[in-house]
Amino acid sequence: MTSLAQGLDTQDRRLLDRYQRGLPVCPRPYAVMAEELGLTESELLERLERLQELDVLSRVGPVFDHVQAGASLLAAVSVPEEQRESYADLINQAPGVNHNYAREHHYNLWFVMTAPDEAALAQRLDVLEIKLGRPLLRLPMLEGFHIDLSFPLPWDEMEVPA
Amino acid sequence: MNQANLLVEDQVQPAPACTKRALSMATRAKVHRLRQLLEQGLPLTPQPWRTLGEQCAMSEREVMALVAGWQQSGLIKRLGLVVKHRSLGITANAMVVWDVPDPQVAALGRRLAAEPAVTLCYRRPRQLPEWPYNLFCMIHGTARERVLAELEALIQRQNLSEIPHQVLFSTRAYRQHGARYLADQSVKEA
Repeated sequence: MTSLAQGLDTQDRRLLDRYQRGLPVCPRPYAVMAEELGLTESELLERLERLQELDVLSRVGPVFDHVQAGASLLAAVSVPEEQRESYADLINQAPGVNHNYAREHHYNLWFVMTAPDEAALAQRLDVLEIKLGRPLLRLPMLEGFHIDLSFPLPWDEMEVPA
Repeated sequence: MNQANLLVEDQVQPAPACTKRALSMATRAKVHRLRQLLEQGLPLTPQPWRTLGEQCAMSEREVMALVAGWQQSGLIKRLGLVVKHRSLGITANAMVVWDVPDPQVAALGRRLAAEPAVTLCYRRPRQLPEWPYNLFCMIHGTARERVLAELEALIQRQNLSEIPHQVLFSTRAYRQHGARYLADQSVKEA
C-alpha cells in the first residue's frame, strides 16, 4: 500500500498539523482557520472535503471524554484464526462497536464497545458473548494517563511506503 | 454539563401551552439529538453550528453555548480534525501490555504517558488467570522495526527490563470510527 501522505501538499499538512485541536467555536470557524493558513474559506472547505474523500480525515468534530460521555469497554476474544473474518463480522454487527482489530496474540480479536450507560453496555456484551459462543475478556479502563489520540504526524516517515 | 443545560434553558422561550416539565423534556431531547449529530462530525458548511442547530431545532447561539460549556466541563476533550492514521501510512500499531506490581502502576503509567512515542496509556484490571496485564500503552508507527526500536529504547530509559510485557501488533482493522455513545437506529451508521 502506498502512503497517501505523498499526495498531500504543504497546505494540507499544515492544516492537519495545526487543527487536530483548537477548532474555534464561533459562527464561521472555517473562515477563521482559513485566514490563519492563508486560504479562503471555500478553499479550506474544499480541502477538508478532499481529505475526507481520501479517507485521511475521519471527521471534523469533538472527541468526547469517554468517562463522561457514556460507558465503554475494551474486550478481547480468542477465535480460530481461519474463522477470524466471520467472528469479526459478528462483532461489527453488535451495537456500539467502534473499533475492531485483529492482533497477533492468542486473543486475536480486540474491540471497543460503547453504550449510553453501564447497564446497557453489560447487556450488549452478554448478548454478543452468547452469539460468539466464546468467553470475552472484559477490560474496562480504570485510569487514563494519556487517552487523547492526536500526535504530531511524522511526515518524513509517511512519505516512504511501508 | 449542568451549567450547559442551564444555558440552553435560559434561552428557550416556552410556548404558552408548555408546562415546565414538558419544556425541559423537550430541551433534553434536543440536547441529546445535538450530541448524536456531533458524534458524527461537524458539517462542512460555512456556518456549521447553524447547520447543526437547524437539524435539532436550536439556534446557532444555543448550539455554540452548549459546545463551549461541554469544552469547559471536559465532556469534549478536543475539537478539531480527527485523522485516520492508517490511511496516512501509520499502520504498525503496537499495543504493549505490562504486568506491573500494583503499587507502581500509577507512577509508571504517568511516566510512560510522558514518553513521546507513547500515544495512549491506561490502566485496566487483570483478569487472572488468562490475563495478567494491568498497564496498556500504544505505540503508533509507520514500520514494525521502528516501533520495536522505540519500545526497546523506552525499556532501557525507563528501566523496565524486569517488568513482563507483550507486544500485540494489529494486523487488520475491521472497523475504526469515533465512539458513538448515543447512536441509535435513527442515526445513520457511516
